Amino acid sequence: MISKINTSGLLKVVLAVFLVLFSSSSSYSNKPNQHSSVSENHSVSDSLNKNASKSETVDITKVAFEHILDSHSWHFWGEGHDALVFSLPIIIYSNTKGLQTFMSSKFDHGHASYNGYNLEEEVIKSEDLNETIYDFSITKNVTQMFISMALLLWLFISIANAYKKTGITSAPNGKQSFFEPLIIFVRDDIAKENIGGNKYERFVPYLLTVFFLILINNVLGLIPISANLTGNIAFTLVLAVVTLLVTNFNASKTYWKHIFAPKPAALWLILMPIELVGVFSKPFALMIRLFANIAGGHIVVISLVGLIFIFKSIYIAPVSVAFTLFIDILECLVALLQAYIFTMLTALFIGSAMEDHGHSNEEAASNHH
Amino acid sequence: MNQLFILAGLLEPAVGLIFWTSITFLLLLVLLGKFAWKPILNAIKTREESIKVALESAEKAKLDMLELKSTNETILNQARAERDMMLKEARETKDAIVSEAKQKAQADADRIISSAREQIISEKNSAVADLKKQVASLSIEIAEKILKTELSNIDKQKELVSALTKNLKLN
Repeated sequence: MISKINTSGLLKVVLAVFLVLFSSSSSYSNKPNQHSSVSENHSVSDSLNKNASKSETVDITKVAFEHILDSHSWHFWGEGHDALVFSLPIIIYSNTKGLQTFMSSKFDHGHASYNGYNLEEEVIKSEDLNETIYDFSITKNVTQMFISMALLLWLFISIANAYKKTGITSAPNGKQSFFEPLIIFVRDDIAKENIGGNKYERFVPYLLTVFFLILINNVLGLIPISANLTGNIAFTLVLAVVTLLVTNFNASKTYWKHIFAPKPAALWLILMPIELVGVFSKPFALMIRLFANIAGGHIVVISLVGLIFIFKSIYIAPVSVAFTLFIDILECLVALLQAYIFTMLTALFIGSAMEDHGHSNEEAASNHH
Repeated sequence: MNQLFILAGLLEPAVGLIFWTSITFLLLLVLLGKFAWKPILNAIKTREESIKVALESAEKAKLDMLELKSTNETILNQARAERDMMLKEARETKDAIVSEAKQKAQADADRIISSAREQIISEKNSAVADLKKQVASLSIEIAEKILKTELSNIDKQKELVSALTKNLKLN
């Protein structure tokens, strides 16, 4: 089942990448070695290029990636003066000027420079070439992350209070009854199943946090005006690094022995690098899988809506809406599924790293008591 | 060129977002762990344990009931056996008492009969002896009277002396 989801995620990424490449020049679109599933995009990009010659055309690729990528302001709707845009705080650390904060409205959507800085394609550049800047701005993604954090805290602390108030003898109700099965699912079917023993309880809070943080941001990301946090590689990178750290700090002696002293000692020179790559490739796959699935899904949705603007016909709208609806429903499933897969694989990595073959009998015996 | 920028933006992790994500995640882990997951997981665990205990005690009560039932059965059977034994004993005692009484009565009766018989015999003997005595005295009286009348004149006396002397053979 996971491999199936991986391929679907991969397909989406391939689709997205082709979309980017073909919209640039017609010379690419004449290449004959295209994948059959991309033929639709082929024609899309053709018409896009034809329209590109006219001045009032909509650049779907630009629009799509504006939605996918992070932004220094939160754009709701409209263009130009009619636009509803919230400016967000900019925090930059410069090696020459130190820490600076100001609102993103100072840049006037990239049209103006402020304090010697320019906003080019949502990247802050300094006019001084010797200056190196680090951007710690509260971007659209960061804002949504804070909102999701507040939501999670409110949701689960109020659920925890409900347990305190009603006690354990009464049946759960409201939010409690919706989230309790999910919590039990994470505990029993993810943590206990993959880590096992009596050590799994230590990891349940971590796995629950990962699961619900990904889930809530996947779901929030489906709202058209919201940010694409789980489809951002920086976010998935942090979660994957945490998985890497948790896995390796809890690893057993057997795990390290398996990496640094593989069984056929003669193959040590070949096996050790492979095993070492394996340590990093597992969380790397986690990072790419979540990012690609969510970002890919969003690109597909925007591309389908973009068909209306590419064909410049209202009659294409029902087709667009129907396909978008279908993909959106699929994305609802993907939102839950990717949260589950990320959490499940994290638990699996922890479980396999903690496995101690030398003491397995002893452990099994102690479990019976 | 534009597309390359976009691809870079898509695949290059931004430092700021990494920073804020790390902070948010750690904060969430600590706050949720302390104020949400701990109480929730504890409550769920406690409830599961209480359900488990309740089920176990129900099962135990069921077993206890079964045991009690079998104990009752044993007690009942024992009581029944005891009752049967008591009845049997009572019957035996009754039979023994009756037969003893019968034997005693028989013996008493035998004794009474034999003593009666002995008394009758002794009474009879004494009566016979009395009768004999009376008959003897009566006979003497009669003989006296007869003798008185017979021997009232001289002739008769002579006759008698002769008769007696006649019978008396002189050997």
